[in-house]
Amino acid sequence: MDLAAFAQEVGGVADGPVTITGTSSRGGGVPGVRCVEAPGGIEWIQADEMIVSCGAATLVEHLDAELRAVGQCVALPPAGTVGGALAVGQSGVRRLGYGPVRDVLLQAHYVGAAGSIVKAGGPTVKNVSGFDLCRLLVGSRGTLGFIGAVILRTRPLAAASQWYTTDADPWSTHALLYRPVSVLWDGVTTWVLLEGHPDDVGEQAAKAGLAAVSAPPPLPAVSRWSRKPGDLRALGGTGRFVAEIGVGIVHHSQPAPPRSLEPAAVALHQRIKRQFDPTGRLNPGVELHHV
Amino acid sequence: MTSLVAALRAAIAPDRVRIGAAELSLYRRDASNFDGNASVVCFPITTVDVQAVVRVCVEHHVPFVARGSGTGLAGGATPLDGAVVISLTKMNRILSVDPESRQAWVEPGVLNLDLTKAVQHHGLHFAPDPSSQQSCTIGGNVANNSGGPHCLADGVTSAHILAMEVVLPEGDIITIGGQDPEPLGLDLRGAFVGSEGMFGIATKICVRLTETAPTVRTMLLDFESVEDGASTVSAIIADGMVPAALEMMDALCTRAVEEYVHAGLPIDAAAILLVEVAGLANGLEHEVERIIAIGKAHGARTVRVAQDEAERALLWKGRKTAFGAIARIKPNYYLHDTVVPRRKLPEVLNKVYEIAERHGLLVMNVFHAGDGNLHPLLVFDKREPGVMDRVHAAGDEIVRVSVAAGGVLSGEHGIGLEKRDYMPLMFGPEDLAAQAALRAAFDPTGLANPTKVLPSPSACGDVQHVPEGAWI
Repeated sequence: MDLAAFAQEVGGVADGPVTITGTSSRGGGVPGVRCVEAPGGIEWIQADEMIVSCGAATLVEHLDAELRAVGQCVALPPAGTVGGALAVGQSGVRRLGYGPVRDVLLQAHYVGAAGSIVKAGGPTVKNVSGFDLCRLLVGSRGTLGFIGAVILRTRPLAAASQWYTTDADPWSTHALLYRPVSVLWDGVTTWVLLEGHPDDVGEQAAKAGLAAVSAPPPLPAVSRWSRKPGDLRALGGTGRFVAEIGVGIVHHSQPAPPRSLEPAAVALHQRIKRQFDPTGRLNPGVELHHV
Repeated sequence: MTSLVAALRAAIAPDRVRIGAAELSLYRRDASNFDGNASVVCFPITTVDVQAVVRVCVEHHVPFVARGSGTGLAGGATPLDGAVVISLTKMNRILSVDPESRQAWVEPGVLNLDLTKAVQHHGLHFAPDPSSQQSCTIGGNVANNSGGPHCLADGVTSAHILAMEVVLPEGDIITIGGQDPEPLGLDLRGAFVGSEGMFGIATKICVRLTETAPTVRTMLLDFESVEDGASTVSAIIADGMVPAALEMMDALCTRAVEEYVHAGLPIDAAAILLVEVAGLANGLEHEVERIIAIGKAHGARTVRVAQDEAERALLWKGRKTAFGAIARIKPNYYLHDTVVPRRKLPEVLNKVYEIAERHGLLVMNVFHAGDGNLHPLLVFDKREPGVMDRVHAAGDEIVRVSVAAGGVLSGEHGIGLEKRDYMPLMFGPEDLAAQAALRAAFDPTGLANPTKVLPSPSACGDVQHVPEGAWI
């Protein structure tokens, strides 16, 4: 993995605006701007440490396959590249059980606006040494730095994993189950993913009256709403949707209602951007503080 | 009365601005070995109070230090240079609990264990459980990104904080994060957690509550060598299990604890492992069997499985009162908090023993083995001439050995003053500049708990000594 070559390609302030892309599964780079790609490939997997080191351009699908071979997985949504998944920061439908994307990143080497390689975080599963730049990078859409290489936390694969469905109310179903991995609801039907020891999975499903199915429902892809979990009941009548119960993500057929940040928060965003990228050369035009 | 004190007494209730010698003396330090000096201690009771105090500090260009219970071990809440201490302990209400969303809003002065007690009838708890959980505050947990034994499975504080109302260092009040899963903008919440009071002051905190497991099994395994215990830890993780907790104590510590709590611990063992698994019954039985088999394969002499809640509580009491027990051996201790890769535990522990012996010090190890988070305790009597020099020399070597083994400076206690000048061991100038840039964005005036965490630029590349204004 050649981070130095990647840094050289990103260049410094004199090299002007630059954008980054992987497989464009999450929208790709900024159109009309010089585009770079991060290094890829898995450097190592340490199963007994539950960590993996890889380049940002590594395909999530490839990483999943390699980790599966050692009985592990990583809580990134299954598409595109590792760097893209981190830069966008949107979780997959297993978030209820696996947690958000932001908790996966232990260490990142990124290339900053000045063209130098910067290390954030550390290689161990537990680390509070210094300010938490890793959390800041996840979801920053390449506006503060371009992620080149990462160390991620992995998790063991469950012995058994099964999707189920039920017509019962999703909240009471959720309340009956111990830490389900996913509970989805389209306003009528509830889908549940249970993982764990096969006997526990079977007993939980029987207790909640669940019927096994082969797969979760297709997700409406027009937009992604983010709601407080307790507010999902109010989704009725808003259009076709699949909501992640207990999480608050709604995969919706209708555009998300507009959101905005308060002025002091916008000002803080702008100060951070100016500190990290004074000339605004990284992913120009990408703004995070209004949609 | 100085103009600063007059302005503070005009800004909030005058009796909440204290300058008595006894109070200033109480607030000049936290639970670390550092002493500072405070000029004023303020006890705000509302967000607006906090904002008013911060604005007075900015107008007078005086540094301010937010503080919870003062249980921090790295000097993060030690005021330097006559700083204003802002104690959040009077803001200690649980504001709301939403069992369906599994969230609660609390004020920063709420004690960690009090929050869990308040929500446990919903089958929920607040997962971070530092050993100080009876006395540390949620605000302090946020500032230090605190851990605890049960963070192995459920993650440290950052994973359990959803949103915060924050008074920024220039006095603006903003909400960061959100009760929804993907709030708009940068993850300022994540950046703020662990910022040790240098990014502002959290005045309301929305925490994630964790479902309490229906079944828990707690086991005690004992070994004739520390290596056997440590290799059992790695083998359990490599087998695909993430126990709820996986703690280790060495011989000296076990003996001290046993004399203190009488839990029936094997005092002739070189190391004991406390392993807890939590979840559903079938999976647990399988995990208990696997852990016993792995332990036996790695030389465990005996395995004791707690038969009831009382026995489980007794085993945990042994772990959680280790620090009290140690006080019976020597009056003072110095605790380090490095993390090493689990596979390096035997090697680094051996080096820790060798370092302590070479400096003529007693060392005890009681630590979060499951995530490689060492807690070597150097125990001593500071009245002994020259002992502090040896304690610091040994600590310095322990930190260096840990980082050289691929580890980090701190797993859960933070950097504060204590590890500040070690930051260049882990981070290069560019890495530290990025952290300083984030700090500058949150705190352009640099008045929020200055001189902590980041070494001064001249210290980059070289480890320096204790900062001016503090003494040990």
